[in-house]
Amino acid sequence: MEETTKRELVLHVNGEQRSIVTRQAETLLFVLRDGLGLTGAKPGCLNGDCGACTVLVDGTPIKSCMMLAIETVGKEITTIEGLDDAPIQHAFVRHFAFQCGYCTPGFIMNAHALIERHPGADQATIQEWLESNICRCTSYQEIEAAVKEALAAKKAKTDS
Amino acid sequence: MVPFDFAYYRPQSIAEATALFAALERDGKRPLYYGGGTEIITLSRLNLVRTAAVIDIKSIPECRSLDVDNGSLVLGAALSLGELEEANPFPLLTKAAREVADRTARNQITLGGNICGQIFYRETALPLFVAEADVIIAGPYGIRQCRFLDLFHQQLQLGRGEFVVQFKVDRATATLPHFHRKRRKQGEVGYPLVTIAALKKDGTVRVALSGICPFPFRSADVEAHLNDRNRPVGERIQAAVDAFPRPILHDIEGSADYRLFVAAQLLEDMLRELGDGETV
Repeated sequence: MEETTKRELVLHVNGEQRSIVTRQAETLLFVLRDGLGLTGAKPGCLNGDCGACTVLVDGTPIKSCMMLAIETVGKEITTIEGLDDAPIQHAFVRHFAFQCGYCTPGFIMNAHALIERHPGADQATIQEWLESNICRCTSYQEIEAAVKEALAAKKAKTDS
Repeated sequence: MVPFDFAYYRPQSIAEATALFAALERDGKRPLYYGGGTEIITLSRLNLVRTAAVIDIKSIPECRSLDVDNGSLVLGAALSLGELEEANPFPLLTKAAREVADRTARNQITLGGNICGQIFYRETALPLFVAEADVIIAGPYGIRQCRFLDLFHQQLQLGRGEFVVQFKVDRATATLPHFHRKRRKQGEVGYPLVTIAALKKDGTVRVALSGICPFPFRSADVEAHLNDRNRPVGERIQAAVDAFPRPILHDIEGSADYRLFVAAQLLEDMLRELGDGETV
């Protein structure tokens, strides 16, 4: 039986292969932040409630405080650092959809996945997805406006 | 953050998983089967779970099946609730799944994990109770198929080293008229005061509940009262509530009396919506 608790993992993060030696019991959030220096995903509740740590794994939003890094071997991880001028980022700026900004990377990753997966998302779907994230500054109206603008832009581009 | 170390295994087959479990058990590792991992990770952080090894079942093909076989839906235990919602093969199960945690968390939480974890609401069990699903279980003695209800007494009675591979649901039953409601203390956030799932087959209502007791249940006595059309609906509901198993939960989420009050209202809504014929 395998006795060592640490293992070398090769993770695909933001289009790069990154190698790291880490505990098998370590969460993806901790490995991204402390192991790879990608501090965009934020530790909030560490209990899967707040969504501040949301990243994409194969395009699916995941709360990285509740996933082991070792589970993501062979998958493509995208963090906020891996988004390059995504429309949702500009929409957040235009609508000033943040105050302190702590929740912003998580909201943006979740919203980015929503836009990519469901460009025709209706109000119920938007609400269902955004309920996964909490903003303590309560910028919810501005966030909703930003998401709707980016969705409309994506839909127009898809339809044309 | 998990405040202790464990080894992580990802078997590719049922046989590999059960053999690993046996070997790790012999080594004193107290292994746990691992689905989405959300509960193991969050409860580990609070020192409510401890293990020296986890066996991730997500690479076992049978645990990932979403298929139809001889008129039965085959739902793998390692399907995420999000995947089940998007595929929507069993609309009542979709409705139950949608009310668990939040959309992002449901990308990780698995069907098997929701039913076999420690958190006792296990709300995705309710549609499987009323659809009279079968459960396929793998363990040290091979693979067995049983009626899910027969093996569920407050929780699923799994032997040491066993894990759920799949559920099988009759395809015609999965599309019958149904009803689902979850009522919480506040808005859309939190555990249930009462969750109710029901379906109507051959003129008879089947109903299962969570949030009433520290376990989900479906009760023959409760259903007998609800389906007793010789009595007025109000009496049927009161008799059904009186027949609930005990104890009734009485905690910060809601008092026992309040939970029973909410349950009675939801039973009334259910009977009305499933067209039980009588006005209340």
